[in-house]
Amino acid sequence: MLKHAPRRGLLFSGSDWNFQTLSHAYDAIDIVAKEELGLDTYPVQMEVISSEQMLDAYSSIGMPLMYRHWSFGKHFLYQELVYRKGGRGLAYELVINSNPCIVYLMEENTMALQALVTAHAAFGHNHFFKNNYLFRQWTDAGAILGYLDFAKSYIQRCEERHGVAAVEAILDAAHALMEQGVFRYRRPPRLSSEKQREGLRERLDYEERSYNDLWRTIPRQAAAGKAGDTQDVAAERKKALNLPEENLLYFLEKNSLILEPWQREILRIVRVVAQYFYPQRQTQVMNEGCATFVHYTLMNALFDQGRIGEGAMLEILRNHANVVLQPGFDDPRFSGINPYALGFDMMRDVQRIATAPTAEDRDWFPEIAGTGDWRAIMLEAWANHRDESFIRQYLSPALIRKWRLFVLSDVASERVYNVASIHNERGYEQIRSTLAERYDIGARHPDIQVVDVDLLGQRHLRLQHKINRGILLESDSCDAVLSYVQALWGYEVSLQGVDAQTGATVYERSGREFVSSS
Amino acid sequence: MPIFIDRRLNPKDKSLGNRQRFLRRVRTELKRSVQDNIRTGKIADVDREQAISMPANGTDEPRFREAKDSGRRQHVLPGNQRFSPGDQLPKPGQGGGGMGSSPGSQVAEDDFRFVLSREEVLDLFFEDLELPDMVKLNLREILTYKPRRAGYSVSGAPTNISIARTMRNSHGRRIALRRPKREDVEAILRELARLEAEEGVDPGERYRRSSALRAELVRLERRRRVIAFVDPVDIRFNRFDPQPQPNANAVMFCLMDVSGSMGEREKDLAKRFFVLLHLFLKRRYERTDIVFIRHTHTAQEVDEETFFYSTQSGGTVVSTALEEMQSIIAKRYPSREWNIYAAQASDGDNLATDSERCLSLMDGEIMRLCQYFAYVEIIDERESEIFGSTNNGTSLWRAYHAVKDRWRNFDMSRIAKASDIYPVFRQLFTKQPSVQRD
Repeated sequence: MLKHAPRRGLLFSGSDWNFQTLSHAYDAIDIVAKEELGLDTYPVQMEVISSEQMLDAYSSIGMPLMYRHWSFGKHFLYQELVYRKGGRGLAYELVINSNPCIVYLMEENTMALQALVTAHAAFGHNHFFKNNYLFRQWTDAGAILGYLDFAKSYIQRCEERHGVAAVEAILDAAHALMEQGVFRYRRPPRLSSEKQREGLRERLDYEERSYNDLWRTIPRQAAAGKAGDTQDVAAERKKALNLPEENLLYFLEKNSLILEPWQREILRIVRVVAQYFYPQRQTQVMNEGCATFVHYTLMNALFDQGRIGEGAMLEILRNHANVVLQPGFDDPRFSGINPYALGFDMMRDVQRIATAPTAEDRDWFPEIAGTGDWRAIMLEAWANHRDESFIRQYLSPALIRKWRLFVLSDVASERVYNVASIHNERGYEQIRSTLAERYDIGARHPDIQVVDVDLLGQRHLRLQHKINRGILLESDSCDAVLSYVQALWGYEVSLQGVDAQTGATVYERSGREFVSSS
Repeated sequence: MPIFIDRRLNPKDKSLGNRQRFLRRVRTELKRSVQDNIRTGKIADVDREQAISMPANGTDEPRFREAKDSGRRQHVLPGNQRFSPGDQLPKPGQGGGGMGSSPGSQVAEDDFRFVLSREEVLDLFFEDLELPDMVKLNLREILTYKPRRAGYSVSGAPTNISIARTMRNSHGRRIALRRPKREDVEAILRELARLEAEEGVDPGERYRRSSALRAELVRLERRRRVIAFVDPVDIRFNRFDPQPQPNANAVMFCLMDVSGSMGEREKDLAKRFFVLLHLFLKRRYERTDIVFIRHTHTAQEVDEETFFYSTQSGGTVVSTALEEMQSIIAKRYPSREWNIYAAQASDGDNLATDSERCLSLMDGEIMRLCQYFAYVEIIDERESEIFGSTNNGTSLWRAYHAVKDRWRNFDMSRIAKASDIYPVFRQLFTKQPSVQRD
């Protein structure tokens, strides 16, 4: 790419910032982002906040608006403590997948850091949110803030009408099922517009006002005959309820017999929030990698143009190095694989393969090796991959060697770990696929589904846990969650653990066992 | 060009509602924790923020979680320096997060300490003392300030402008700078008018005089414009200083029988009794000292630690403690300068012949020196049924009952549980407004 002649000297000098330098830097980065990387972003809204407000944002799972719940208070206390003790610094920024894209900047940041953060969040993350297929298909950036505003005020109104305790009970139960409250395989319906929701609520209100107890006394039509074959009946009702159902919250919201309309609405709110965050959890490496790659590229481009001073660039690089630090497994600082580091290194590696491939790269990546057009490859990857598929596709032997990755197999019943593969010819494939699986959220969360319920009979709700690789559930928390399910369902609930490979029943917990412990 | 929004000035405490919900949820645990702190901490500590460890019950957020001790897993880790396929590594011992097995090995969220504010601590402390709301409010109130005139200042709010002082300055300045008065200007105008009206004057002469007068007029007007009537430098504001309400010193004597018969429960109740008195005193007086006197058959002044935690064996002679108190008052706390409060806790045992002596000590001097003397007899819950409100009881109780009849600033009660404590102080709190100030 052409080196641009310096346009207007340094963007800023010194560490102080003001709104003018911020916007000046934004404009310069914007130009480079479009020319250098061809990024396509939502409009940006930058909000300057203090450290306390950042803590607030942390505790309400990063959203500017959130309903009230005690668990957020607990997280706030925890974050505050860790922060005050100096255990962990706060993030320099926070970015929200919305349209316009909201970026929080900390007031304590120096100007160099603000520029870095702008490139990272307002361009890197923003581009990713707007273009990645998961976000495009599964979340609705334009509607989320409006929806949360509605959720907050709705829950507040419920608290006024039905009492804080009643609302808290529902929220507790719903939060316990949050991970089972997402559609993994079919696309969730779009968030309805404000008008539609208003209409729905009005209808509910009307039904409540015009409720007439007489209707209850009219005999229902006899259930459709006395079906002979029980097998058929079971199949019939499963079909009617669309079973098996993976989204427990959705199922309870639609089919529970004891919930009031407002309780259903609260389940729905929790479910929508869980669904909104689901793509983010599948694209940690991609998202952070993309943002880190973007800020690194843009900052270097600006430096080359002479628009960022050497002092500022040193500060930027130092922060960058902190962000992408990956200690080895035996280092005391090790706490798992750093998604920033992995994403960034992989993307740099793809860039290298595209521009200066080795024979091995040509062997492994014939489509991209040596094409030189790394920008197109990057944009394509950002748009069409999630962590799991990206690693499966692009983790190269060179990077495996650089990171010295190895696979440790851990069988719970054995007293030792086995080293399964290391960075050698025989190990590359296995390391790559094992690492990819680690990022496959669907495979890593316990697979629990509603398999059967007899609405006309005992109303017994049957859940099934497909046990993968013999990994069971922690019994205490499992019982606690089941008692929440029972509270929402109102009738007996049982969970059956079935081995995914053999189909054999491994365990069964039924309502009576845990109801006493709840 | 993005939109910039400066949120720094937005209202703080956005998550206050969440905090309150959290505290409410773990109320019982927090209460236990605060009571524990009171039992082990110092008396004065009740009146401030406290670090509380995170209660484990009721704050768990259950999810379907994988059991760590089952199944087959594979971990990918970076930084291999020496392993080859087939190598075996021993698993780390129990409890250690282990490498790889729990990559997020941070401090568990369930064991950390956080800080309760003073109000929150007091709320929990008051909970089972059954204090009337009015009293709670009084105790929670921090030292009050009253604005008091403190001369004048050159800056302040417009409402506080001191008009008299400002005008005085303005007047002085006008004299010093010789600002023309309105009368001077009016005199020239009159002169001019007279000149216009005068007849038989030579026009040249008239012109000369009138132009001189006009020039003088212009000079005066200009000078009046330049030298303002009230200049910003003249303005003075009434100055108010926040003045703490006049408070004197108070000393609180804690007297306790520490012979073997005072067990853990008795000491805990006694401590709460002392804490409540201290809270009250702390609010009323700027400086409160606490003196701890423990006694068996001899009495001595000790520090708080020893007072509550070490036992001594021996008989019980209450009068020794009273004598000790008397001598400390004489030595260090002259009653002219100090408000003296005393709180005595005992299980009622006393040497049979000693109660008379106590009575005479109290009557003789102590009650005259003390603002207030509160005595509690800590009894078994079963005994509380038997004794009820009768005047019968231990010899000490009977002796003190006589004191109570004679002195209005003496109060006594038998307590068997925490909610019995407050009535002892009832008089103290109700007669509050008339508590002597100096």
